[in-house]
Amino acid sequence: MFRCCRRSVAAAVAAVLALAATPLPAAAPAATTSAGSPATPSTPRFGFGKPATPQEIAGWDIDVRPDGTGLPPGRGSVAQGQRVYDEKCASCHGTFGESNDYMAIAGGVGTLAGDAPIRTTGSKLNHATTLWDYINRAMPFNAPKTLTVEEVYALTAYVLHLNDLLPADATLDRDALLALRLPNRDGFTQDHGFMTRSGRPDTRNVACMTNCAAEVRLSSEMPEHARDAHGNLAEQVRDVGPLAGAKTAAAAPARGSLPAAGPDGGELAKGNGCTACHGTASKIVGPSFREIGGRYAGAAGAEATLAAKVRSGGVGAWGQVPMPPQPQVKEADVTAIVQWILGGAR
Amino acid sequence: MSSNRRPRRIVPAPEHPLAAPSSGRRGFLRRAAALSGGALAGGAGVAAAGAELARNLPPNVPEWSRTLGAPILASPYGVPSRFEANVRRRESPGLTRTPHSSVSFTPLQSLFGIVTPSGLHFERHHAGMPEVDPHQHRLMIHGMVRAPRIYSMEDLMRFPSVSRVHFIECGANTGMEWANVAVPTVQYTHGMLACSEWTGVPLSTLLDEAGYDRKARFVLAEGADGAGLTRTVSMAMALDDVLVVYGQNGEMLRPEQGYPLRLLVPGVQGVSSVKWLRRLEVGDQPWNTREESLHYVDLMPGGKHRQYTWIQEAKSVITTPSGGQVILDRGYHEITGLAWSGRGKVKRVDVSTDGGRNWRTARLQEPVHTKALTRFRLDWTWDGGPALLQSRCMDDTGYVQPTYRQLRAVRGTRSIYHNNAIQTWRVDPSGEVSNVQVL
Repeated sequence: MFRCCRRSVAAAVAAVLALAATPLPAAAPAATTSAGSPATPSTPRFGFGKPATPQEIAGWDIDVRPDGTGLPPGRGSVAQGQRVYDEKCASCHGTFGESNDYMAIAGGVGTLAGDAPIRTTGSKLNHATTLWDYINRAMPFNAPKTLTVEEVYALTAYVLHLNDLLPADATLDRDALLALRLPNRDGFTQDHGFMTRSGRPDTRNVACMTNCAAEVRLSSEMPEHARDAHGNLAEQVRDVGPLAGAKTAAAAPARGSLPAAGPDGGELAKGNGCTACHGTASKIVGPSFREIGGRYAGAAGAEATLAAKVRSGGVGAWGQVPMPPQPQVKEADVTAIVQWILGGAR
Repeated sequence: MSSNRRPRRIVPAPEHPLAAPSSGRRGFLRRAAALSGGALAGGAGVAAAGAELARNLPPNVPEWSRTLGAPILASPYGVPSRFEANVRRRESPGLTRTPHSSVSFTPLQSLFGIVTPSGLHFERHHAGMPEVDPHQHRLMIHGMVRAPRIYSMEDLMRFPSVSRVHFIECGANTGMEWANVAVPTVQYTHGMLACSEWTGVPLSTLLDEAGYDRKARFVLAEGADGAGLTRTVSMAMALDDVLVVYGQNGEMLRPEQGYPLRLLVPGVQGVSSVKWLRRLEVGDQPWNTREESLHYVDLMPGGKHRQYTWIQEAKSVITTPSGGQVILDRGYHEITGLAWSGRGKVKRVDVSTDGGRNWRTARLQEPVHTKALTRFRLDWTWDGGPALLQSRCMDDTGYVQPTYRQLRAVRGTRSIYHNNAIQTWRVDPSGEVSNVQVL
């Protein structure tokens, strides 16, 4: 079962303990090795898997630490960043980084101590390396990990420019990025009891049992106007049992009815990410599906027109926020979504 | 809500309607109407409802006793009864702008015991739910290790495995309630919470295999989703009880829960239990990732953020009766709920029905697991009057779940994360239960 035969006595003991019992700290070498000795057995106990080659690691090891570890060489300008941003980012984050209801990426510096903190990338972030890392790994939202190193530098530069941290004619490279000091650089603390299981709590309640409070004052309750904000609560409690649900809104379909089988156009729109920018009945970033349906329904060639817009993107029909091309959506899905929109998005 | 709403009563099933006293026929019809939710009006409708209800009741033989049922494999993987359609995950309207970076909540009000059915485990995705082919999924371990390795699922499932019961609670659970009541039911106040039996490999096994450097202090975990979500885990926890899991409640992980592989960091806020786990990097500093600097940091009065606030402190909530429910009759009711602590085991849960003036100690369902949901129960006789229900958890460190007053005194109301305050449900004389806060 075990391949190795040159283990130290300590490692052998640790291995036996690990086999014999849980929890496993007994196998933790820190407890069984002395200073200066290797932390773990020099030979794997099981040897499953395969060695990771430097090339394989390089392809996946994309994280960037605040000290610059992992940040590749490269450069990008604010101007270049603006071009990429307008094409791929502004539809969600707003032309000036004010956001279209997504997390804003600019503004709010100096508001965190007040009663109405404005939480943005600019007001919260402590290290520009984290911004670079996140854009590189997770943006654009619907096509992550598709930007080049230069584009990531350029976008980082442009976001920093939107936050008044770089001039419009600036170019950002590795050294310049690491030299930046962000406004909230010292805004974080690790002086709390939440990092370890034995950490010291910051509240000290006492388990009093009788006559614990002289007065109990109601400080907050659900306002009557919000009664139906989460739908009809009567339909959110099990149908059988000693408690019913409070009727807070008009009844939906009859009890026991099952959801319709198979995805419809609305479900496909959700599944393909269209609902990130389009609401069914309300404008988010782009127009609502019902607005679109209202404009195009009955028009000659409407289905082909809308399908082409989904494929290739567009700008101008509903304002100056461009819709990025969506070539990744399957042909059949495009057809079903467009038909659903033209049918009134019901 | 409004106190003039009349109590609704549990109406006994109309057994033996034909043998009832002379006034019984009319009484039976009224009861039948009540049972059908009062939706039908008029004599014909009531009569029809009565006949419909009586058809399957004694002394009549129910229709399902007189017919052949569905064959086996009618549903090869089984689904809940269609009468359970109300029990499902839900989203809180307006909470997020896109369903791809959003959350759905577990219906805690409808669950029994401590195990969350896998299909009801709350969802939290940061860039949607990827569909990962297990044959092409790999886990890479590198960094401060002597021998960086790559594992297939086949490799990982070959290691000695363990199964443990642990809760996962999102750090933002109850985050909408810091300043005031915001949502109506326990599904929305506490439903970013679930508990499963997880099966996988202790992370310590994999770290030993790779030969980690003893100067290492942290491990970075990274997901294979579009977000490439990354979180820093302390080496102390990694060597203690962190698991690399592929099993959940006897089956493989659900796609929503990271199929085919996720990290499971017991007692720590859910985001650290990285789903679709693809990479572990051993290092000597925390990574300050986006999910550790722009999000999942706790804003304190004065403007500083607490960073790396990992532990989920002791917390509890009554799930029955709870907000949005209606108690149908006076008399005996079981008050029941869930308690948990990220520092260890639940030691005791006390329950108050008068807003925290007086408390009684609840029964705990055994066995009590460490860093797991623990079911508590207390007998209660509702006299039809107003009541304020609270539960208060104490864990085996002696820590007692705080009140809102105590929590806000230290952390204000803007921190979003780690709200473990005592929850209050108000019982109205009408029987309706609602979400309130008391000071």
